Amino acid sequence: MHPDNLGVFSQGILVSAALVLFTSFVMLAQARIQPLIYAFAWQGALLSVTTALVALVSGHAHLYISALLTFGLKALLIPWMLYRLTQRLHIQFDVEIVSHPSLTLLAGAVLVVFCYYVALPVAQLSTLVTRNTIAVSMATVLLGMLLMITRRTAVAQVIGFMSIENGLFFAAVASTYGMPMIVELGVAFDVLVAAVLFGVFFFQIRSSIDSLDVDRLDRLSEKGD
Amino acid sequence: MIPLYFLLWLPLAGVLLLALLPSYRLAGHLNIAISAATFAASVWLAWDVLHTGPELSRGNLFYIDAFNVYLVALTAFVGLTTAIFSRPYMQHEVERGRVGPRRMRLYHSMYQGFLFAMLLALTTNNMGVLWVAMEAATLTTVLLVSLYRTPESVEAAWKYFILCGVGIAQALFGTVLLYFAAERRLGPDRGRALLWNVLHNHAAQLDPAVLTIAFVFLLVGYGTKVGLVPLHNWLPDAHSEGPTPMSAVLSGLLLNVALYALVRVKMLVDGSLHTALAGHLMMGFGLLSFLVAVLFLHRQHDIKRMFSYSSIEHMGLMTFAFGIGGALATFAALLHMTVHSLTKSSIFVTVGHAAQLTGTQRIEHIRGLIRTQPTVGWGLLAGTLAIAGFPPFGVFMSEFLVLNATMKSWPWLTLPLLLGLAVAFAGLFRYVQPMVYGIPPPGQVRVRANMLPVAIHLALVLWLGLSIPLFLAHWFEQATQLISGSLPL
Repeated sequence: MHPDNLGVFSQGILVSAALVLFTSFVMLAQARIQPLIYAFAWQGALLSVTTALVALVSGHAHLYISALLTFGLKALLIPWMLYRLTQRLHIQFDVEIVSHPSLTLLAGAVLVVFCYYVALPVAQLSTLVTRNTIAVSMATVLLGMLLMITRRTAVAQVIGFMSIENGLFFAAVASTYGMPMIVELGVAFDVLVAAVLFGVFFFQIRSSIDSLDVDRLDRLSEKGD
Repeated sequence: MIPLYFLLWLPLAGVLLLALLPSYRLAGHLNIAISAATFAASVWLAWDVLHTGPELSRGNLFYIDAFNVYLVALTAFVGLTTAIFSRPYMQHEVERGRVGPRRMRLYHSMYQGFLFAMLLALTTNNMGVLWVAMEAATLTTVLLVSLYRTPESVEAAWKYFILCGVGIAQALFGTVLLYFAAERRLGPDRGRALLWNVLHNHAAQLDPAVLTIAFVFLLVGYGTKVGLVPLHNWLPDAHSEGPTPMSAVLSGLLLNVALYALVRVKMLVDGSLHTALAGHLMMGFGLLSFLVAVLFLHRQHDIKRMFSYSSIEHMGLMTFAFGIGGALATFAALLHMTVHSLTKSSIFVTVGHAAQLTGTQRIEHIRGLIRTQPTVGWGLLAGTLAIAGFPPFGVFMSEFLVLNATMKSWPWLTLPLLLGLAVAFAGLFRYVQPMVYGIPPPGQVRVRANMLPVAIHLALVLWLGLSIPLFLAHWFEQATQLISGSLPL
């Protein structure tokens, strides 16, 4: 469908979806901890804007609840928790050394193209206004994984993990206007508990290896010592 | 449906109650009591289902048929016996100073939380709730893996959290795709499109292309939790570093439930595709896991790590058998799920006692178990014999049936299977024999060991090897017919 034929809100969906993807790239390139958390918060906020726009265009009222839930959880609560944790651990101004930043961004771009290819059969079957964003949601998932692979600090890995969750939620909105409410509430609860547990683990890791560089967690293997 | 509510509310109430109870001694007893009541509820439920057939709860949220009813009973049973083992074992750990009373509160509360997550995953009819329950199972156990707060256990827990978290995220994506495929066919009634019984009835109308993509994501997601190679890295770490009762329930229950989820999904995909694609993928991953785990059995230094590789081996074999998909193979896989769960949890119980006896988990430092404490030594030997597939234990029976089914449909694959079983046997006995028979180091003394769970489990495995009780055979047959579409034997 050509963008000219779309209404202004439908175009708004595409714009905010593109911005969600953009924040994924920002996170990939951002080496400082605090701006990384801000970028993640922005992703959550943009995601909830997208969801609200989808609700407006499609007339599915329950998506407004999902949008509110996402805004509260992914744009406010979890970023705030992470921010507090970095303050308490005195790492908020840390800069991580990202190896091969330009190569990572290039790999990210390749992943996006790949997602458009994989999502083609799904997008062709779909009749929803959001079908152009299915590939974007998939790309958000894979870029979150890429973030987890390329980073070494526990905080960045957690943000990658949460960004994957963002992508999954986005996928549900884009392909089916969200999941049934009971499932969405269950998933939100799991994400919240996971965020709390991650906070506990920051302290456990810190006290066991005296840093948050998870590359140094390498004691367990099959070799005898 | 009354027993179902007991089954789910009891452990949920246990989570709260045990979290608030300050005395860990009392909590240990209460943990047993709640698990026993849950087991009673599961027997009641099984009795109901045996007499009235499959049950669908009001609101369609829960569905009990022959496939999950015996897994519910098995889960509650192993939960009970492990709770019986856990009380004196964890008390001993507190006395040794490895955990404090506050962390024991966390332990008991999360033990019930884990059981709740497992039972919810088994009984739910909603594929989305199934995912939520599987994720909850990770969340409840991840802090238990790092219970001792050693650097190793924190590392294991972190790996477990990240790998299973990312893995299971793939399954959520698969679930979204499943919902997408179903919603297009089932129309505007949004609540129904994720219900398993509705999906199963309309499987033939679901779009094959979307379901293929969905299955790949679900296989990766739930496969991570089953411990399929190459997504198995979390499993040996989490099993070896967590407290032993956790290893027993992770190996005996969690892996089974993850495989259960995978098979439920496979049934939908088979109904839509009418090809063996899903089966072939499962056969491939199953065989790979089986062979890789068998080779790793020969490079072990930690006794719990060794038996966790044995778990990967057996889960691989089950996945392979479900992948073959005929009536005989499916029957064998169902039986193998039961006997592996019983045997492996009994082995971990014995290993826990052996580790307390010798004060180490290092294989080269565990010696002379039979001389120091005959019950533990013989228990370990009998358990290893059973898991290695010796007749007349039940594992022999199910492995024999798997081989039989392979011989019928994929004759060439019997070769790697037989070879793998022999190599696994050699790997296990290479390490177990000196641990059991060797000369005990000076000063090694007995510990308080409750071998009752081990004896019951092994007796059950022996019984299943000699004759399968009628009601169980009835369920296996019904489940086989449900999964493979034809009657066994």
